[in-house]
Amino acid sequence: MLEVQGLECRRGDRRLFSDLSFALDGGTLLHVRGRNGTGKTTLLRSLCGLFTPESGDIRWRGESIRALGDDYRRELLYFGHLNGIKGELTGIENLSIAATLDGDRISEDAIWEALAQIGLRGFEDLPTRMLSQGQKKRVALARLVLSGARLWVLDEPFTALDVDAVALLQRLIAEHVERGGLAVLTTHQEVPLTSGQVERLDLGA
Amino acid sequence: MALNWFKFASPASFYPIAGRLVPVFWVLTLALLAVGLYWGFFQTADQLGGSNPQKEYYRIIFIHVPTAWMSMWLYMILVGWAAIGLVFNTRLSFMMANAVAPTGAIFTFLALWTGAFWGRPSWGTYWDWDPRLTSELALFFLYIGYIALHSAIDDTRRADRASALLAIVGLIMVPVIFWSINCPDPNQCAALHQRSNLMRIEGNILFSMLIMTLAFWMYSFATTFMRLRSIILTREAESAWVQDILTKEARA
Amino acid sequence: MFRVFWTVLKRDLTLAMRRRTDVLTTLFFFVIVVSLFPLGVGTERKVLATLGPGVVWVAALLASMLALERLFAADYEDGTLEQMLLTAQPLSLLVLAKVAAHWLLTGLPLVLIAPLVGMQYHLSDAAIGVMMLSLLLGTPVLSLIGAIGAALTLGLRGGGILLSLLILPLYIPILVYGSGAVQVSDIAIADTQPYVALLGAFLMVAAIFAPVASSAALRISLE
Repeated sequence: MLEVQGLECRRGDRRLFSDLSFALDGGTLLHVRGRNGTGKTTLLRSLCGLFTPESGDIRWRGESIRALGDDYRRELLYFGHLNGIKGELTGIENLSIAATLDGDRISEDAIWEALAQIGLRGFEDLPTRMLSQGQKKRVALARLVLSGARLWVLDEPFTALDVDAVALLQRLIAEHVERGGLAVLTTHQEVPLTSGQVERLDLGA
Repeated sequence: MALNWFKFASPASFYPIAGRLVPVFWVLTLALLAVGLYWGFFQTADQLGGSNPQKEYYRIIFIHVPTAWMSMWLYMILVGWAAIGLVFNTRLSFMMANAVAPTGAIFTFLALWTGAFWGRPSWGTYWDWDPRLTSELALFFLYIGYIALHSAIDDTRRADRASALLAIVGLIMVPVIFWSINCPDPNQCAALHQRSNLMRIEGNILFSMLIMTLAFWMYSFATTFMRLRSIILTREAESAWVQDILTKEARA
Repeated sequence: MFRVFWTVLKRDLTLAMRRRTDVLTTLFFFVIVVSLFPLGVGTERKVLATLGPGVVWVAALLASMLALERLFAADYEDGTLEQMLLTAQPLSLLVLAKVAAHWLLTGLPLVLIAPLVGMQYHLSDAAIGVMMLSLLLGTPVLSLIGAIGAALTLGLRGGGILLSLLILPLYIPILVYGSGAVQVSDIAIADTQPYVALLGAFLMVAAIFAPVASSAALRISLE
């Protein structure tokens, strides 16, 4: 479903990787590994279309993601180093705006539910700047519960999370993969997946 | 003949070609400058007649007009390369745009400077808020903006693309700016004055003006290619062919 | 589509209301700059009436310039801008909504305070009316064009100074016709019509093309 062919990325004048090719089908988790500075984040951002690769092709369902544009982004969920959460807004507001922009019509009840599921019961109505780092991250992760995206691109999703949250996130990813979704993630931790196919990609090896 | 143009679009093959062309352009620059200046000083009338008679000082036209033309053409060239770079994602075209910018800025500055010198004896002032002068000043700001934005961004690729976009926006705005300065009052915009017509200019004057323009073109090629070569070396420093050149030069 | 526009607009207005400090600074900057001029050039009635339109417009230019720096900055820092780039909505629509919110907070107050400022410069009632109209049409254009610069200089050191270097030359046409309209209104009010029409045309063109350019700039800056 997601195909990468002959990808070459540069940062400034430095070549990060070249001639990178792989193909992923539904129900797969791709674990991208590599030392710092090998281009993991750049690869993930290229997959989202945020970064323009020097050369090579990224295709989704057989079509180039550049050509697909908004249609591709509808099926995509990206979770980067920044949470993408507004400190002045409450968790509910943050999530409902994100859902509207993603083009999903999600009821407020569903958002309350999602926040409860992610362990933020009682914090729904507080401006998120009042929350701790880990809690803010949880608000951002609640998007995973709500989103109907087929492709999840997660950059270091496990940092700053406690043991419970790590387990919860693993469960969410596993469920997503079981439903036939795709996930690409980077992490320095070893992430055991309970089910589904796990592929590994080593950068800078 | 099947010429592979894309071969020349790679910095590696362009670098030696530019290197061979630079001396040629310098020789042409000097030769044309000599001809143009000789003709301008000795083969043209001592003064211009008409309603506003001008004495010897009118000869500054041979620098002023060609530099003003160059400043505009080079901006178009800059925007052209920038646009090609944005569309086709080719690194060499961004480098080209980058190499053109300082030369263009210098010509713009020269046009303003010589304009002030000409303005003093003929209009009695160094500066006037004449539409052309003011637009040239705006063009100078655009060049400076391009260069400033490019040098403010550390990541070369973002710098290339951001300044390219700025240059394109600038090109769209230049006619609007010129027009707004030219007729600040839309009620009586018909009063356009100071129209120049190349056909009405005396033959010798036109000849030396055109020769000077050609000389400046050659100068632009020479300086742009020199700058381009150093940009290529800096940006491709880690590639094999640059390493080759550097080691060879170190040995020699 | 309208729902998305409205969501972003409401979001930015809510954010500004909860932060509060940013909202009125532009307005006060404008008022202070305009009030300082008479102290510099003398308080003679005639001089002030001639200078008034130009001063007010230059001050409006600078004020909108200052405010622009923050247009995308906060969203850039916390990553929400990045998420906006990844939504299934056309980015230029989101940019247009953000610019609209920004103008409501920084441009509209300038329009509303204009009568007060006009009185400081002894402008006639008709001239004040024209000034409000020209600011109403002109300041959104400033925000729209400025957004391109704000997107290009996102996250750079000294971005504010750089932004003014890039954008102020592009403001020339608005300045010329905006202040021109006010000056002409003192002579013959009927003559202001072409100015207003031109400013309106600028607004239409800018509203269509500037968001496209800004979103291209955002995509470049967020790579």
